[in-house]
Amino acid sequence: MIKIKGLRKRFGLLTVLDDIDLEIPAGRATGIVGPNGSGKTTAIKTMLGLVKPNAGDIIIDGESIKNRWDYRRKIGYMPQIARYPENMTVRELFNFIKEVRNAEKTNQEELIRYFGIESELDKRMRTLSGGNRQKVGAVLAMMFDPEILIFDEPTAGLDPHASVQFKKRVHREKEAGKTILLTTHIMSEIEELADYLIFIVEGNIRYHGPMQELIEKQKEQRLEGAVAKMMEEEAA
Amino acid sequence: MKALSILKYQWKDLFRGKWIIGYGLIYLLMADAMIRFGGTGSKALLSIANIMLLLIPLVGMIYGALYLYQSREFTELLLAQPLDRKTLFWGLFGGLAAPLALAFTLGVGLPMTYFGLFVSTSIRSIILILVLGNLLTVLFTGLGFWLGLRFFEDRIKGLGFALVGWLFLAVIYDGLVLLAIFLLGDYPIEEPMLAMAMLNPIDLARITVLLEFDIQALMGYTGAVFNRFFGSMMGISVAAGCLMIWLGVPLWRSMRLFNKKDF
Amino acid sequence: MRANKKILGLITLFVMLWQTGLARQVTVSPNGPIDSIKQGIIETNPGDTLLIKEGTYREYDIRVDKPMTIIGEGKVVIDGERQGFVIVITADNVTLKNVTVKHASTSFMEDYAGILIKETDNTVIENTTLVDNFFGIYLAQSSNALIKNNHITASGERETKSGNGIHLWYSKDVTIQDNYVKGHRDGLYFEFVEGASISGNLSEENIRYGIHFMYSDNCRYEENTFRNNGGGVAVMYTENVKILNNRFEDNWGASAYGMLLKEINRSRIEGNLFINNSVGLYIESTNNNEFTSNTFKQNGWGIELMANSTDNLFTNNNFLDNAFEVSTNSRQSFNEFNHNYWSQYEGYDLDRDGTGDVPHHPVRLFSILVEKQPQSLLLLRSLLIDILDAAEKIMPVLTPETLVDSEPQMTKIP
Repeated sequence: MIKIKGLRKRFGLLTVLDDIDLEIPAGRATGIVGPNGSGKTTAIKTMLGLVKPNAGDIIIDGESIKNRWDYRRKIGYMPQIARYPENMTVRELFNFIKEVRNAEKTNQEELIRYFGIESELDKRMRTLSGGNRQKVGAVLAMMFDPEILIFDEPTAGLDPHASVQFKKRVHREKEAGKTILLTTHIMSEIEELADYLIFIVEGNIRYHGPMQELIEKQKEQRLEGAVAKMMEEEAA
Repeated sequence: MKALSILKYQWKDLFRGKWIIGYGLIYLLMADAMIRFGGTGSKALLSIANIMLLLIPLVGMIYGALYLYQSREFTELLLAQPLDRKTLFWGLFGGLAAPLALAFTLGVGLPMTYFGLFVSTSIRSIILILVLGNLLTVLFTGLGFWLGLRFFEDRIKGLGFALVGWLFLAVIYDGLVLLAIFLLGDYPIEEPMLAMAMLNPIDLARITVLLEFDIQALMGYTGAVFNRFFGSMMGISVAAGCLMIWLGVPLWRSMRLFNKKDF
Repeated sequence: MRANKKILGLITLFVMLWQTGLARQVTVSPNGPIDSIKQGIIETNPGDTLLIKEGTYREYDIRVDKPMTIIGEGKVVIDGERQGFVIVITADNVTLKNVTVKHASTSFMEDYAGILIKETDNTVIENTTLVDNFFGIYLAQSSNALIKNNHITASGERETKSGNGIHLWYSKDVTIQDNYVKGHRDGLYFEFVEGASISGNLSEENIRYGIHFMYSDNCRYEENTFRNNGGGVAVMYTENVKILNNRFEDNWGASAYGMLLKEINRSRIEGNLFINNSVGLYIESTNNNEFTSNTFKQNGWGIELMANSTDNLFTNNNFLDNAFEVSTNSRQSFNEFNHNYWSQYEGYDLDRDGTGDVPHHPVRLFSILVEKQPQSLLLLRSLLIDILDAAEKIMPVLTPETLVDSEPQMTKIP
């Protein structure tokens, strides 16, 4: 379980996360939604220790992540804009990360086959298409079979087929009892994948709870409508 | 262990970029030419020292900053991995400073070896140049790193400061010293001058070279302050101490910045 | 018996005749009938040989006042025990060989010497060893002396407590050859000497100068080495000297010169090596000399040429790896530099005739700056200084335009 307590982050004058308290349940999939610049990515990066908060704490499995790094062993992360060392080949990249994580056993082979990037293995990262980079990112996130999976806009650069493949895979991981956290703009994706929903606007949590509840509360058929309604309320 | 695997990949990457090979080749060609046309005496060593004093600070500072910008992806990728930031920092720094130092050492050392300079000139001079070159590489790469981290989001600013910083330390600073000498030359300014020289790492290294190669000229100076300073262990220890401070402080500051940085 | 007596008398007569004809030999030895050198000299007739056997003789003020040859056999030490002069030669045709002379007095009033040679002709001092004397060998108003192969050392630490190794005053036609002098005030000192020849000597680690000479015309210095002396070598107020193939090396310090020339005229300085000195050659008020085929190597300053020196010609010299090749104190220079090799020359030789196509300006801007403000020496080899020097080369503003070598050589002159 991931517990966020009183988390606050400012970039200069801009408050990106304003005193956030959250609980992300274990073994479930949680979707984070919100307008652009609402603090979704910052929240994720804070969990990963990429961004250092001004106040507050994050507790993963009962332990604070402050000045710790070992907890990241439990996390697989697929960033929004995947940037990799341009001169490395895909194979080198995988091997390198394996070495850094000191991991012997991985399901790398299976994932490579699953996403169909066998033919890309000896290509340099810089020659890869955006979609293939995303696939590489997905493999990297999942190859160590971590308990927590964090996806930041995972399907943005994927073609429909790959997108479907990816979602299928996430389902499987969920079924396997992984804690999943994802952000996306595509509400149908959330509907498909998530049980829980977090709605962030300007660094504040507007809604946090089971997705179904929100839909019912807003008297809408679909999540998209419910969220849009909520945003309108916000604006008013 | 992890720092080592980072180093390994960094080096592979760096050598694939060929840039570093070019850098080493510059030294190789220059040292070769200096020795081939300047003879195997101390003159060649002195010319090599001059190039070293010019090139290492420039390349170290600019490439130190540039390298951080270039390896941003690499850094971000690794930050999400179970890895200490400290380890990552030293991996990154070592990944650049060590190949630069190696390129210098090989570039300069190979011609020295095949022309037999180890036999024909003083071993002490050669060691001095090699040690000083490596020290300067680490020092100025550290300074470049610091600038790169300080202006991580603004590359133009970072590189601009690196270039201006180099120009300041290599040329403008000495211009100010010269101006001070001519304005205040009638006062006893030797001690403040020495202090000023100690504040600039390029001057520090330059004076160390002078002590080895131009002691005849230095001893021709009429002031007792220089003679006492240069002639004593005190002078050498103060100079070495200052170099160490110049080496340590930027790296320490960089590491703190890196530790607190948001990516 | 009578006959025997007669024969004996005859032999005695013969021996006496032979001795007066071919010179007699008197022997001094610590355990013999004559056990002091002074006594020995009294026993000796002019032209005789005084043989001194191995041993230590504690005597001073030994006056050699008649022509004779004094030879030591084995290790002969004459110790003056700081009582005055040790040996004083006042007669012509005296030869002194193979002895060690020690401990002449130190004094502020009198120039006590291990061996004083005064108003003599044809003196020979050879293979002697002088240890810790105030002055070593002191020649005054003497001529045709030969000072050869002597080893003269002192452990002087201050100028006032130490005299000169070989000191010549008002002397003529003296030959000083293959001597070693160390630790005196001046290794060699000449004042009012005419026509001396000084060759093959090594003078090092003396407190002031390796050699110091003044008012000594028509002398010749050849193949000597002057090394690591407090002030190097100083040559003053003299005409027509030949300084050939000497080495001046390792003289470091604020006023240390390989060689300092002051008011030297119509002389030749040729084939010398100036290496590792703060200043190789310092030239002041010195006119009409020729400096040829010298090598200036690894000096702080190769040549410091003061503007009051004129009409000197510098040709066929090598300037190798000096921090400053030539420096001067004025924009005017009336001396000629031609056909030298300069290791700092950066020109080219397109017609491949061995002579650079553009002239060489050996005076750097920086040397002018250092001349004006010596503290700026600390900026030596700074990039700033290189830039200033380059700018000055393109557009000379401060450096003397006439101090130029218009035929700089592309390769070292052999």
